[in-house]
Amino acid sequence: MEFLNAVFVAPFLDIADSPVFFAEVVIGGLMSGVMYSLVALGFVLIFKASGVFNYAQGAMVLFAALTLVGAMEKGAPLWLALLIALGVMVALAFAVERFMLRKLINQEGIILFMATIGLNFVLEGAGQIAFGSDVKRLDVGLPDNSFEVGGILFNTFDLSAAFIGAAMVTTLALFFQFTPMGRALRAVADDHQAALSVGIPLKTIWVVVWSVAGAVALVAGIMWGAKAGVQFSLVLIALKALPVLILGGFTSVPGAIVGGLIIGVGEKVAEVYWGPTFGGAIEGWFAYMLALAFLLFRPQGLFGEKIIERV
Amino acid sequence: MFYREAGQFKTSYNKDQAVFPIIQDRWFIAAVIIGAYAVVPFAADEYWLQAVIIPFLILALAAIGLNLLTGYAGQVSLGTGAFMAVGAYACYKMTTNIPDLNVVVAFLISGVMAAAVGIVFGLPSLRIKGFYLAVATLAAQFFILWLFNKVGWFYNDNPSGTITAPPRELFGITITGPQATAEARYFVSLTFLVVGAIVAKNLVRGRIGRSWMAIRDMDIAAEIIGIRPLQTKLMAFAISSFYCGVAGALYIFVWLGSAETEAFDLLQVSFPILFMIIIGGLGSIMGSIMGAAFITLMPIFLTNFPPMIGIHLATDLQKHLEEIIFGGMIVAFLIVEPHGLARLWQIAKEKLRLWPFPY
Amino acid sequence: MPATRNIGDVLLDVDGISISFGGVKALSDVSFDVREHEILAIIGPNGAGKSSMLNCINGFYHPQEGTITFKGKPRHQMQTHEAALQGIARTFQNIALFKGMSTLDNIMTGRNLKMKKNLFWQMLYFGPALKEELEHRAVVEEIIDFLEIEAIRKTPVGKLPYGLQKRVELGRALAAEPDLLLLDEPMAGMNIEEKQDMCRFILDVNDEFGTTIVLIEHDMSVVMDISDRVVVLDYGKKLAYGTPDEVRANQDVIDAYLGVAHE
Repeated sequence: MEFLNAVFVAPFLDIADSPVFFAEVVIGGLMSGVMYSLVALGFVLIFKASGVFNYAQGAMVLFAALTLVGAMEKGAPLWLALLIALGVMVALAFAVERFMLRKLINQEGIILFMATIGLNFVLEGAGQIAFGSDVKRLDVGLPDNSFEVGGILFNTFDLSAAFIGAAMVTTLALFFQFTPMGRALRAVADDHQAALSVGIPLKTIWVVVWSVAGAVALVAGIMWGAKAGVQFSLVLIALKALPVLILGGFTSVPGAIVGGLIIGVGEKVAEVYWGPTFGGAIEGWFAYMLALAFLLFRPQGLFGEKIIERV
Repeated sequence: MFYREAGQFKTSYNKDQAVFPIIQDRWFIAAVIIGAYAVVPFAADEYWLQAVIIPFLILALAAIGLNLLTGYAGQVSLGTGAFMAVGAYACYKMTTNIPDLNVVVAFLISGVMAAAVGIVFGLPSLRIKGFYLAVATLAAQFFILWLFNKVGWFYNDNPSGTITAPPRELFGITITGPQATAEARYFVSLTFLVVGAIVAKNLVRGRIGRSWMAIRDMDIAAEIIGIRPLQTKLMAFAISSFYCGVAGALYIFVWLGSAETEAFDLLQVSFPILFMIIIGGLGSIMGSIMGAAFITLMPIFLTNFPPMIGIHLATDLQKHLEEIIFGGMIVAFLIVEPHGLARLWQIAKEKLRLWPFPY
Repeated sequence: MPATRNIGDVLLDVDGISISFGGVKALSDVSFDVREHEILAIIGPNGAGKSSMLNCINGFYHPQEGTITFKGKPRHQMQTHEAALQGIARTFQNIALFKGMSTLDNIMTGRNLKMKKNLFWQMLYFGPALKEELEHRAVVEEIIDFLEIEAIRKTPVGKLPYGLQKRVELGRALAAEPDLLLLDEPMAGMNIEEKQDMCRFILDVNDEFGTTIVLIEHDMSVVMDISDRVVVLDYGKKLAYGTPDEVRANQDVIDAYLGVAHE
């Protein structure tokens, strides 16, 4: 009885009691949701264009952030460090295309997935050998102050992060919708062979996509790194992005965004209001259960179309 | 020269569908099994048995389980560690609460418990497929481990939060707990693996295996010829989880002795076992065992190789280098032979049949 | 010809079937029946709703209107796998074989429903399970013999050429010993010899086992030669229905196939 009360009644009473606090929790959730979306976005880009379920996206976030911090520690100014990190991510994209994708063309999805787990190990190891494995502070000069609107506390850093994330997504959406490269990419996503047959250079597309995913990883790495320090645990946020993917669909950019926000908010609210009842630390699995429950009712994900199966 | 099938005629369908239709194969397998029972425990020292061979045998059993699900029935699972944990914790609860229970029976019941949990987490497979399902099985991985960590009942509320295998005997020989000799534990794990492998092979070459493969290759067509997707998939989840559950119980009781939930972590257990079946060969029982050997031996080789040739590295650097090489080798292996060791083995046999001639 | 073959009672009765997908009407108010032992052909231009019709008959699609009566029993909403239980087997337009399995295993799956031994015996692969396996193997070998595919018994079907795959698929359907066999373009993409072989198999199946066959085919000469009756569909509507000669003489069919001469 007490348990039922703690699950079904008390949290809602708490919410009604203090809507301002609830709003703050939701906003906090939205902010981390933006971060999840950014990581998920990297996944979606790569999956769309090359059909690869890229487990190494999390390691790419860590690797990008480590490169940035490493360059800054060597005395490079921020803009130069950004350029260097971006360059490294583009080089990585070339390397992945040259040494991995090209050799694994036409293999089944699970083989490619396994290969990216291998890549994940390589990136983790290489990043930590090159830049050490202690926690590093990252200061990119975003203001970190708080202010109040209508009794609700806002943080300028979070707001700028959300703004940058939104700008990034808009740019990407425009890029894919309105440029020839974007059109080629959508064609590749639809059907590799058909795209090849009309002369779309598959290899170039892959390099571009992995580069863009690298850039997205860099942005995500900066955001997380500035907030929580650049450290090994950045790899683990990739695991947080996975439920976002099943919620939003592997191929849907808006799905990644909205899914990220839903997971971010759901997780925060659950942790604050229901966490204590369950003994805490539920954020490790809550997002998965949320996504799973959602999928059972809508298997095609948030933005997927209902599939008509033909034989 | 010695490996020829000429003159070996199959005169009945039974002989034609034998697991090893060629006599040389049968001799070879018999020699391996006899060697494993009669030679290995006396030739290998304590370190090799404890650090290499026993974990290899146990993980091979889990790999067979995962291969039934992923390689044969086509349902990718990343929750192997969780199903193993279910087996381990079930076995712990049973042996500590019912001291008279025969420990082998406890192992088997642990497998059944894991099968039940596997069925529950297999239910989503009816609506979601492929990588969506793989990610969904992560829900099992994280939720189950969290549950075992948080709810004291599962580890008998002991303050350290670990589960420890109590000493139990089989035929008067201690096989679990700190007093058990490495040899005794070796025989137990070997027997489980041998029996498990034979049963798995029987399943996959009969009706059940064919319906799994049918669902894997084309689910709609399978349904139209009368295979029920619900039962078939859930049965795959159940049997696969049974293997994982037994392996999990052995993992704690016969190998580690005591452990926390971290022993069944995604990166420690689930991914390596997935690697085993990919590198060994999806849809091959023999491949699961070869893959398990490969993945267990490689880190040991990587750790011991540099000192052997006189290079001494800082532990930190060594660890990261190992990561890089391990990852690189995985990618390289997938490029060279995406169908795994089982395929290489097959090719080798083909070559051997014709040797010394090229055609 | 029909006079010498004993066409029996109505086996399958399709009455007023309509189905639409998100506003697109795939079939509207189609009715016909299939009698025991006959060969019925469904013809019509691409997109006429022929495959949808087969999908309705074997329970993969659920028609929004109309009833299907099989063996005298009207059918309610049913699961896809139940059709196989009732004795309906089929082949597919785009081959739907289990690509990772050998020819033998593919055809063996067709007998899955007839294999009953439980998990325990399956695990041992001994005693009853082995006996059952061998019995079914013998039946399957007969089918392999009949279709003349002995040589590719152990070959994974993914490696076979198109014509042979179609044959294996037919074998898998036959293995279920169906009362009603649905063939979706069994001769598409075949050369003339392969077509002749396939025609021979279809006629033999019909003749020897008395299996009722519903087939979809584009090759008019084949259809007119082997079928007892023909249903013509166009844009989801039934255009004509009758013996090959009647259909050939039907003005609507001529218009649909040759275009209407506007005078």
